[in-house]
Amino acid sequence: MSIAEAEAAGKPGQRAPDLLYSEAERDLAGSLRSLLAARCGAEDLLGRLASVETGDAGPYDTGLWKAIAADLGCAGLLVPEEQDGAGASFREAATVAEELGRAVAPVPYLGSAVVATTALLAAGDDATVRELARGDVTAALAVGFATGPGAAFPLTVRVSGPKSSDGRAGVTRLRGQVRGVADALSADLLVVPADGVPHGLYVVGANAEGVRRTPVVSLDMTRQLCDIDFEDAPARPVASGAEADRVLQVALSAGAAAIASEQLGMAEKCLDMTVAYVKERRQFARPVGSFQSLKHRLADLWVGLTQARAAARYAAGCLADGDGDAPVAVALAKSYCGDLAVRSAEECVQMHGGIGFTWEHPAHLYLKRAKAASIAFGTSDAHRASLARLADLPGA
Amino acid sequence: MLTGAELTAAGIRDRVHEFLAVTDPVVTPRLDFLHARFDAGLAWVHYPAGLGGLGAPRALQAVADAEFAAAGAPDNDPGSNAIGLGMAAPTILTFGSDQQRQRWLRPLWTGEEIWCQLFSEPGAGSDLASLATRAVRDPGQDAGTGPGGDWTVSGQKVWTSLAHQARWAILVARTDPDVPKHRGLSYFALDMTAPGVEVRPLRQLTGEAEFNEVFLTDVRIPDSDRIGAVGDGWKVAQGTLMNERVAIGGISIPREGGMIGGAARAWREHPEQRTPGLHDRLLRLWAEAEIARLAGLRMRQQLAAGQPGPEGSAAKIVFARLNQEISGFEVDLAGADGLRYDDWTMRRPAHADFFGRGPGYRYLRAKGNSIEGGTSEILRNIVAERVLGLPPEPRVDKDVPWKDLPR
Repeated sequence: MSIAEAEAAGKPGQRAPDLLYSEAERDLAGSLRSLLAARCGAEDLLGRLASVETGDAGPYDTGLWKAIAADLGCAGLLVPEEQDGAGASFREAATVAEELGRAVAPVPYLGSAVVATTALLAAGDDATVRELARGDVTAALAVGFATGPGAAFPLTVRVSGPKSSDGRAGVTRLRGQVRGVADALSADLLVVPADGVPHGLYVVGANAEGVRRTPVVSLDMTRQLCDIDFEDAPARPVASGAEADRVLQVALSAGAAAIASEQLGMAEKCLDMTVAYVKERRQFARPVGSFQSLKHRLADLWVGLTQARAAARYAAGCLADGDGDAPVAVALAKSYCGDLAVRSAEECVQMHGGIGFTWEHPAHLYLKRAKAASIAFGTSDAHRASLARLADLPGA
Repeated sequence: MLTGAELTAAGIRDRVHEFLAVTDPVVTPRLDFLHARFDAGLAWVHYPAGLGGLGAPRALQAVADAEFAAAGAPDNDPGSNAIGLGMAAPTILTFGSDQQRQRWLRPLWTGEEIWCQLFSEPGAGSDLASLATRAVRDPGQDAGTGPGGDWTVSGQKVWTSLAHQARWAILVARTDPDVPKHRGLSYFALDMTAPGVEVRPLRQLTGEAEFNEVFLTDVRIPDSDRIGAVGDGWKVAQGTLMNERVAIGGISIPREGGMIGGAARAWREHPEQRTPGLHDRLLRLWAEAEIARLAGLRMRQQLAAGQPGPEGSAAKIVFARLNQEISGFEVDLAGADGLRYDDWTMRRPAHADFFGRGPGYRYLRAKGNSIEGGTSEILRNIVAERVLGLPPEPRVDKDVPWKDLPR
């Protein structure tokens, strides 16, 4: 039964996906927001960038991640309780992404707790999933950040076969390169798609011999990418052939859905910051926020948020419920939320005027995160192209 | 009477089944059936007992409607009295006296009495509070806010749908020109059959006339037909307009159930018309229309959960823009056929016919969507000021008596 049929039958809530936030989600979001306000404010972020530039700190805030991952239990949200996780659903996971987006938090939640965890759950790697759920280790899917659902299986890494010294079974070696991977710089483990007969997914220790991670000067400084070279790196297979294709798709869909919620959070925070600023900033003896040219654009952003929230919640709900409409939902959410976050961040810079163009104001962090996120997991155009197929709207 | 425990979907279903067991929907004459349904509290279940409802949650109305529809029962043809049901009724319920509720709500719900709305004037559109239709009280009568002297109304109203079929109108008129504009208004129900009411069709750019101009010349209104206190007209009208905005986006439709469905079908049926530019536009519009549909669903879920928000204003802004862009797309997709128009004949349709006519009509009619019921610009002001809390524009008309405003 479709949503509309369920509604028309007078049974709201039975089949229609719940697009609201549950009380548990609101509690979780509240705790996270307080934590981030205390430890990941604009000053913290900008101070951190300075430390990263001087080499005094890594790109990811490991202390903050510990608090989010282990203390609040966000690392194991998607993991069932019997595997040491929180046994929550994708709805809760998306709510966390939304809050982290609001704060442009430099933590590997998306890459580790959502994408890599989803991949390893789907691949059935129980032992690693348990470690991830406890927040003991983090992992990253070694796929370019721009790769979206529906992309061909990446073939830039090849199985190079076990070395003669590899006595024990199940060890193989990988060789090749993956460019522009997110959340991998801080990761302990990498989940690597590799070409072979058949192609498959492998788990590789990020600090193992033969693995070299090279930081990339990244547009989004709060989520620094790296290039990864594998030179006969030891690897353990977790999925192969069609199963590997499926696992990769599930993981990329989860990434696209979660980043849509992150984009929703970013867009909302940019609007909040801008509204607060234009109420305070006075020119021509009145608050600039009283000028209609700004008010209408801000109103349009708020209108956009009401739409983006529906799209992001629908995608989260579809993934949580295993709904067959998930591919449509993810494409809708990622394309709409991505465009809105970019527009909201651009308006944030513009309406802050001169101060918005400075390094000292955090607006640029949002602009960079928003622009980068709009490319991550498939551009808006790519997702609309998916809709063309999914909704039977073929091209010219 | 239902107890609180029975005000659930199952309780409503039971109640409807009991009602149908006594009142056969097939053999009972339509109006008798509707009267009985109203008197049983199953007309609008969220209204109070005795006024067609049960004091149930609003969300349960869909349950009752579905049960009646499944039984093949006649309905009250809600589309024929949209202003009555959507705007007049909630206003009467909120601001009317007991006597007024008893008099008006039952024939309004059954559709025996159609209502229209006499708000806008040629000189008062977005700035509704500046309206100039005057209501003058008979001299020598009680000038207080209680029952008192009757009123004589003169002025011109415009954009009145259904005025030519309506028995009643909700009317805002100026009762005190000596105070600032928002404070000198009062709200009335006007008998459209009273002497001095003249209705003329107002032909619109689509060629037809959904709307009317209404000329009021020394029309008498008994004071008992005033809704709310003298001078409270603006407050009451605000309540009416809120209901208007809630109504938009309140209807559940399936995917491709709105205007986008026609555009998508035309795209599928006419591969020869496809271009890359049109394809990109279609995909964007399809996504936005589907998301707007989900946002409407989310808005109804919020209402059902008792968390109403200001999203209705957003829904109307989005709906207007999408209708305009989708219909513009349809005309472009039609190519040479887009040069043709289906019919310029002057007719009197009851409402916009977005699904029965051609893309050219839809394109033209949709231009009204961002004007009627509050322009998109005014809605943006409302969102900016009431939702985002942004400061108002400097005002020159706030503390000036209405009669001294430049016109």
